[in-house]
Amino acid sequence: MARDQLTAADLQTSLMRRVRSHTVRWLFMTAATVTVLVSALIIWTVASGAWTFISQVELTKLTDIGWFPRRGLFDLTTLLVNSVQISVIAMAVAVPSGFGAAIYLSEYAHPKVRRVMKPTLELLASVPSVVLGVFAISFITPSILTNFFSEINFFNKLAAGIAVGLLVIPLIASISEDALRAVPGALREASAGLGARRVTTSIRVVLPAAMSGLMAATIVGFSRAIGETMVVTIASGGGDTSLFNLSLFESGGTLTSAMAALGLGTDQVAGNNLAFQSLYFLGALLFAMTLVLNMAGDVIVRRLQNRY
Amino acid sequence: MLLTSPAGIATSHALRRRPGADVGGAVFKWLLIGATVFATGFLAVLLAVMIVDGWAVLSGNLWYFLTHGFSQRSAAEAGVWQGIIGSLQVALVTGVFAVPIGVATAIYLVEYAQNSRFARIVELNIRNLAGVPSIVYGLLGLVIFVKALEDFSKGATVIAGGMTLAALVLPIIVITSVEALKAVPDSLREAAYGVGATKWEVLSRQVLPAALSTILTGTVLALARALGEAAPLILVGAATGFLSFGDANVLETFTGPYTALPVLIFNFARLPGADWGVNAAAASVVILVLVLAVNGLAIYLRNRFEKQW
Repeated sequence: MARDQLTAADLQTSLMRRVRSHTVRWLFMTAATVTVLVSALIIWTVASGAWTFISQVELTKLTDIGWFPRRGLFDLTTLLVNSVQISVIAMAVAVPSGFGAAIYLSEYAHPKVRRVMKPTLELLASVPSVVLGVFAISFITPSILTNFFSEINFFNKLAAGIAVGLLVIPLIASISEDALRAVPGALREASAGLGARRVTTSIRVVLPAAMSGLMAATIVGFSRAIGETMVVTIASGGGDTSLFNLSLFESGGTLTSAMAALGLGTDQVAGNNLAFQSLYFLGALLFAMTLVLNMAGDVIVRRLQNRY
Repeated sequence: MLLTSPAGIATSHALRRRPGADVGGAVFKWLLIGATVFATGFLAVLLAVMIVDGWAVLSGNLWYFLTHGFSQRSAAEAGVWQGIIGSLQVALVTGVFAVPIGVATAIYLVEYAQNSRFARIVELNIRNLAGVPSIVYGLLGLVIFVKALEDFSKGATVIAGGMTLAALVLPIIVITSVEALKAVPDSLREAAYGVGATKWEVLSRQVLPAALSTILTGTVLALARALGEAAPLILVGAATGFLSFGDANVLETFTGPYTALPVLIFNFARLPGADWGVNAAAASVVILVLVLAVNGLAIYLRNRFEKQW
């Protein structure tokens, strides 16, 4: 039976092993397809629901005195302005603190301190947003804000914005720290070699080099703040009905809190009226806004990665 | 002795700054430390405030609070038992759906798709999914999992809620698993191929065991995230008010009305009256302890067992 030459067939493994190896490949590919399917279904869900709403609503109702969905008034400006106001306050809280923590951890902190602080930031990122909502109405407004602004409403945009800011600090700090640490050490050494102090090196050399990463952190943080729901629903009020106003001391519904308010009826109310359909339109708007922001942030981060 | 130390020589008078000259640097440094303390310290303030506000419940009848269901009659009679059970059930369903799909997608991206067009689409898609606001996933859940798949999910149930949160945490699981797989050095794969293993054997016997601890950590972190989510569950019909399990057995509760701990907190917070506020704070302490313990454990284990290749 001895053969004097090997063929390719002799080197192949058994049929069973090859079949198994190919079958699992298909399983993995199917799973990857499911993730694309999830995106497709999200887009289809919000787009078709939004279309139903937009094709039935009188367009003049989209700009009116405020957001009163059950009365057929769907003023988008009210919700958009409130969303942006709250997110800007959140950024005013989160950007200085997040950047400061990032610069400290990347440029100043002892490695031991870093090893403790980085996981702490991760831990902070896991604080449930409902808890921060409760924090806003039980502490930020009554114990802090009323001392400075006597005429402030119990539900107000300022407290909601501050609480959302606290929520996005870990996100901003974490992305910024990655950006700062991506700046090569040679730049710092060259700067120090010229006699620059650490503060000069940080501000004049490292920060400009990491600027695009810091911008990306801000954009992604803003997107997270726009999409934050529970803090705003609990602390800012006005999700059900909201008259247009610019005051930060007043309550005001946002895109997200209006969605939560509409959704609260889903277990009882049959949802075929126009008010319920507006839920999908707001969802589509929110989805589009955060998608654009996130993609912009992503492009900037990628450009940064390629530079060094 | 001072004179002979190298430090003494290096900082000779001419090179040393005048004392007090670097006030700006010191101020800057302390500002940074202040920012860091603010960024990380508010967690302590948060916990302290919640413990103080919820003290009446936490000190007096914590056991009653943890083991009794929601009551409409009075805050003192209301507990969070149904929320804890509901959250654990939802997390279980989330894990059952999200973990296999997420890890398999990561394996496909790292091990099979070498920069193919499809792989790049999947990657871009995952990054975008990670940034979609959680309440938008609620819409997906409402239309697809509650209504379109009603035969399977039986409507607004734990199954529909769990599937919704599975979609929400899927990108997190994929991203952490991809990182775990990429950290496994190629020499391990090459050695396995070298002794004649098929691709599946290389994966199942070498790569996956090596990456398992990191993948598990990522999974636990993702499930902890699901544990704290309320917004999507509100849209897919987690009960915000009174609910009764009746005499349903364990299996039947998966296809009946349910609630979750963060949804209960939301409900406590919006009810008028100081005593409901006490409940909201006490329940916040419960969920904070739960989420922080799970997360802290996962992060600790990762830092402990992280392999240095």
